[in-house]
Amino acid sequence: MPLSSLLRTSSRLGPPVVRRFRRAASTVSTTTPKAEKSLDSILIANRGEIALRVGRTAAQHGIRVTTLYTDPDSKAQHALSSPFAFNLGSVSAYLDGDRIIEIAKKEGCQGIHPGYGFLSENAAFARKCTEAGLVFIGPPWKAIEDMGDKSQSKKIMTAAGVPCVPGYHGDNQDVNFLEAEADKIKYPVLIKAIKGGGGKGMRIAHTKADFQAQLQSAKSEAMNSFGDDHVLVEKYITTPRHIEVQVFADKQGNAVALGERDCSIQRRHQKILEESPAPHLPDATRKDIWAKARSAALAVGYEGAGTVEFIFDNDTGEFFFMEMNTRLQVEHPVTEMVTGQDLVHWQLKIAEGAPLPLTQEDVEAFMASRGHAIEARIYAENPDQGFIPDSGTLLHVRTPAATDDVRIDAGFVAGDDVSAHYDPMIAKLIVRGNTREEAIRKLANALEEYEVAGPITNIEFLKTVCRSPDFISGNVETGYIEKHREELFTREAIEPEVLAQVALACLHHDSNPGSGTQANFEGSAVGFGPGYQARQISLAELTPGTKNDSKFDVRVQQTGDDTFNVDVGGRLFEQVVSHRDPASKVVTSFFPHTRLDTTVIRDEDTIIAFQRGTQYRLTIPRAKWMEKALGMKDVTNSVLAPMPCKVLRVEVEAGDVVEKDQPLVVIESMKMETVIRSPQRGTISKVVHKAGDQCKSGTPLVEFEEGGE
Amino acid sequence: MRAPSPLLRSLRSKQPALPSRCLPVRQPSTRTPFLAFSRSVASYTHPHHASAISALPTAVDTSSSEFKENAQQMQELLDRMASLHSTISQGGPQKAKDKHIARGKMLPRDRVTALIDPGTSFLELSPLAGHEVYSDDVPAGGIITGIGTVEGVTCMIVANDSTVKGGTYYPITVKKHLRAQAIAQENKLPCLYLVDSGGANLPHQADVFPDKEHFGRIFFNQARMSSLGIPQISVVMGPCTAGGAYVPAMSDETIIVENQGTIFLAGPPLVKAATGEEVSGEDLGGGQLHSTISGVTDYLAVDDAHAIVLARRSISNLNYPKTTVSPKDIPSDAIREPLYDPTELNGIVGTNLRRQIPVHEVIARIVDGSEFAEFKRDYGATLVTGFARIFGHQVGIVANNGILFSESSLKGAHFIELCAQRKIPLVFLQNISGFMVGADAEKGGIAKNGAKLVTAVACADVPKFTVVFGSSAGAGNYGMCGRAYSPRLLFMWPNAKIGVMGSEQLSAVMEAVGRTADPDLKARIDRESEAVFSSARLWDDGVIPPAQTRRFLGLGLAAAVGGKVDDVQTRFGVFRM
Repeated sequence: MPLSSLLRTSSRLGPPVVRRFRRAASTVSTTTPKAEKSLDSILIANRGEIALRVGRTAAQHGIRVTTLYTDPDSKAQHALSSPFAFNLGSVSAYLDGDRIIEIAKKEGCQGIHPGYGFLSENAAFARKCTEAGLVFIGPPWKAIEDMGDKSQSKKIMTAAGVPCVPGYHGDNQDVNFLEAEADKIKYPVLIKAIKGGGGKGMRIAHTKADFQAQLQSAKSEAMNSFGDDHVLVEKYITTPRHIEVQVFADKQGNAVALGERDCSIQRRHQKILEESPAPHLPDATRKDIWAKARSAALAVGYEGAGTVEFIFDNDTGEFFFMEMNTRLQVEHPVTEMVTGQDLVHWQLKIAEGAPLPLTQEDVEAFMASRGHAIEARIYAENPDQGFIPDSGTLLHVRTPAATDDVRIDAGFVAGDDVSAHYDPMIAKLIVRGNTREEAIRKLANALEEYEVAGPITNIEFLKTVCRSPDFISGNVETGYIEKHREELFTREAIEPEVLAQVALACLHHDSNPGSGTQANFEGSAVGFGPGYQARQISLAELTPGTKNDSKFDVRVQQTGDDTFNVDVGGRLFEQVVSHRDPASKVVTSFFPHTRLDTTVIRDEDTIIAFQRGTQYRLTIPRAKWMEKALGMKDVTNSVLAPMPCKVLRVEVEAGDVVEKDQPLVVIESMKMETVIRSPQRGTISKVVHKAGDQCKSGTPLVEFEEGGE
Repeated sequence: MRAPSPLLRSLRSKQPALPSRCLPVRQPSTRTPFLAFSRSVASYTHPHHASAISALPTAVDTSSSEFKENAQQMQELLDRMASLHSTISQGGPQKAKDKHIARGKMLPRDRVTALIDPGTSFLELSPLAGHEVYSDDVPAGGIITGIGTVEGVTCMIVANDSTVKGGTYYPITVKKHLRAQAIAQENKLPCLYLVDSGGANLPHQADVFPDKEHFGRIFFNQARMSSLGIPQISVVMGPCTAGGAYVPAMSDETIIVENQGTIFLAGPPLVKAATGEEVSGEDLGGGQLHSTISGVTDYLAVDDAHAIVLARRSISNLNYPKTTVSPKDIPSDAIREPLYDPTELNGIVGTNLRRQIPVHEVIARIVDGSEFAEFKRDYGATLVTGFARIFGHQVGIVANNGILFSESSLKGAHFIELCAQRKIPLVFLQNISGFMVGADAEKGGIAKNGAKLVTAVACADVPKFTVVFGSSAGAGNYGMCGRAYSPRLLFMWPNAKIGVMGSEQLSAVMEAVGRTADPDLKARIDRESEAVFSSARLWDDGVIPPAQTRRFLGLGLAAAVGGKVDDVQTRFGVFRM
């Protein structure tokens, strides 16, 4: 649709729409709304799905969208989504606020939507926008600054009557004084070294009797590790939950809470499943937490979309303020699903100066009939390796069909590269159901239809969580994944039918080299003999990090134009009628007992198969002769990069004698630092990559001398 | 004589009803110019109606007791053949196979499977070779030959089976190797030799070494084929000693497996005997030596699997035209299967050759859509001639439907001339007990008329294929393109019999000429006439299941017509008039 035709209607849309919603409402200001500035052209200072998501709402309301991209993102979907797309250059340029403001001014944009991440909570940037005469579509810079400062925010919240985690953060390190503070906080308490990190110098005192011993232990460890034994004492919450409230405030001083979200299912302190409403939350608490969130927003003079995060104590039912996120969050669609509102549209209207479209009562009325929503974040990451990010080309993407109750906010399509430079989130899958149980069922179904081949994703892991009984019953907490590790990471044995399908796919793939007319008897045995067509295809299950995986031998004998006998380790399937659609890469086979449709994606030695809602990752082991023929070096003597990364520091030099687990190299990937430690004791023969080098996954970083232990 | 099809009759009966003058002449108001002239119109015939006249009808009653009995007898025969072939495909004795595998070698049939493209068929030739020929058991004659597709190119594959007597060459092994080369040469198929042989079988050296069509001819053929641009590629996967050394040495490209393949003119024992030099097989002629020092081989492989990958790569670099089973101008989906189930052939022919086999029923189960454009249907009807397609390839079919008379011979010669002129491959369906004998026949000049057919068959320079579906006796064998007339491929059905005449006849003739017949003679002739006996001696290229005739011909035609083809114009000899 030409944007210009939309533009003409945009100015009309703003105020009348607002007026329609303005009923006699308790919290909505009765002063006449005045649109300070009509937004008819905005710049989206972000990338990926959020840039697309903001762009979608903007387009719906006739607002021209200007997008930005960096060199690795030049063909990303968000960059392609608008004809007005500008190159920022280097990888990190999404943070180049001055350049972004310059582009916005030059392009005649009236506002900048910062999305989430990048500059979204950068008070200085928000201030520069305002000073440059641009509308920063977010809160006032002062609110960002206040909420960005931990102690400042706590002061403001405490003053506004919002509960914070009780604790002593002061300089008095007298052991008796600290114990008195702990008594005040009530046990259990957490004793934490101020310089601490990674669990070092951290102790929990469950009772008063326990306190002094734990304190001493924490202090001595802190002294040994950091040379500083200063500690703080805080309330320890044994089964914490992460519950946050979506708030909106307008320039007229009104605030509404659009329900809460439970984001307790986390890995690496990052959310992967978010839902609304929070399960098993007493109604009184729910109302209380909303009220506190609104107070928090009003206390900082908030405008626009914000999220007040609380830590919820599952044992006591208490909740404490943690922080306020002064942006639209990743999981905002959950709230959109349960309220039926477009929060980006709300942001735009409030940025234009309009009052809140709905009152608190209106919001609650909507929520009463909208049931339950859950969002699953689809990440390119490997749950089996501590959720380490993955990157690469999306070879195959099939998404569930989008409906009113199933929404997919994706930033990528098949063929796109998931770059190692940015966040590895590929998409968000949001479903709504009338009840929580229904929503989980729908989510599980939608995940089963979600096929991604290329980088490893967490989709299989999310499916496992959806089947986890404690999750289904709503017993969530932030330590859920850790506590259910055994259940969530148990792998089921691969079925012979899957192996049969993969082997058939390989044969189909190799026997149809594009064109070449094949007569219908091609491949069948001719003559009286049994034919020579039994071919053995070896496959192995792909479990990264482990060697000598379970190997499977599949024997396939073609017996007719499209019939095969398949023998999977003694399990024989006879007269399987099979064909493959080269376009969809689906192998459809009629086994004697059932029909199977399997999507099989091949990428050199890696095979990814999707069958009946489960993804299987297999690898084609290299033939024995290849090692010798290709002169492949044995790589046991080198340490390989576990993922695409940048070398930050090299801690060793050639000739160094290192101990097992001694740090060798520090790499950075997906904005995370990882220390590569020595797998063995030995002598370094060569440092392959120096600091600053970009490495692909599997490239040697450090080589050991031969004969190392 | 065959009754016209009901379809034909119904078409004919419609003819008078064709509306040639449908408008009433005296209609007053019309000004149509058609009316000015009272002329007929060109009737439009829909293509499917036109092709309907070629569709062969069937009169087979599959529920009749005769059909069932025939089918059952044939099935018993087929089961015997299947079990015989299955035993032969096991190769040599288990002990030899275990030793072979223990050395890290692939069995020869596995080598062939690994070599050909997945999803393609391997047309094995004469698997019955050597069956009950020698006192030793020589499964498949110790050598596997056949036509297979490698990297899209139709190739002749010749693989020694070293589990059978060390892969040594019996006389039948030589014959089979030479036959494979002959087929390769006629069809211009690149040759792949998977060499793993101990050389000539010494006890049989007299029947292996000296004659024209003996061991030496293999290398003669390699040189000649190479000169004709037919690629010769060897993969040395075992020993190649003495004469055998020339197989790789005379190839265009040679691959050798290290620590496994050896090439030398004399092995270590002979060297020691001759010069006293002590040297290991690997040092004398191993892969490493030949690939780095002597240059006898071009590629060094780690093992069989690697060698086969290299061989496939060599084929992909031949710049040789690729073959597909159906011709390029016909999409494979346009090829229609016969209207009738080919497995009905079992019940149609049975095993009793005294009964006349209705050949139209056979043709109807071989050709595309059972469509057969019959030529001279009502003249010389004991020989059926006509045009058809097999997997899209146009063919001329010459099929016996009784004894050959003068008329049938003349008709056959005429039809073969047509096909030769038009460069259409010929398919002979042979079930012939001979030319007609007797005073009337001789008066009618059966000898010279038969000779015309034989001349036509001998000279027609188009690909010829022969399938013996019944008996093959007397001069009828010549007139119907027997082995001596160089069909590209000759197959026999399991029920087929071949011999100068039937055993009873032969015994009768012997008695008539005054010789006291050997009491066992009839039984011996019977045995010697059987398809298995014939195939064991390579008088044919294999015994095939009747229902697969269409496939075999399809593969044969693809090999002959696809790939590289020379344009030759037939020149016939003198036809005696």
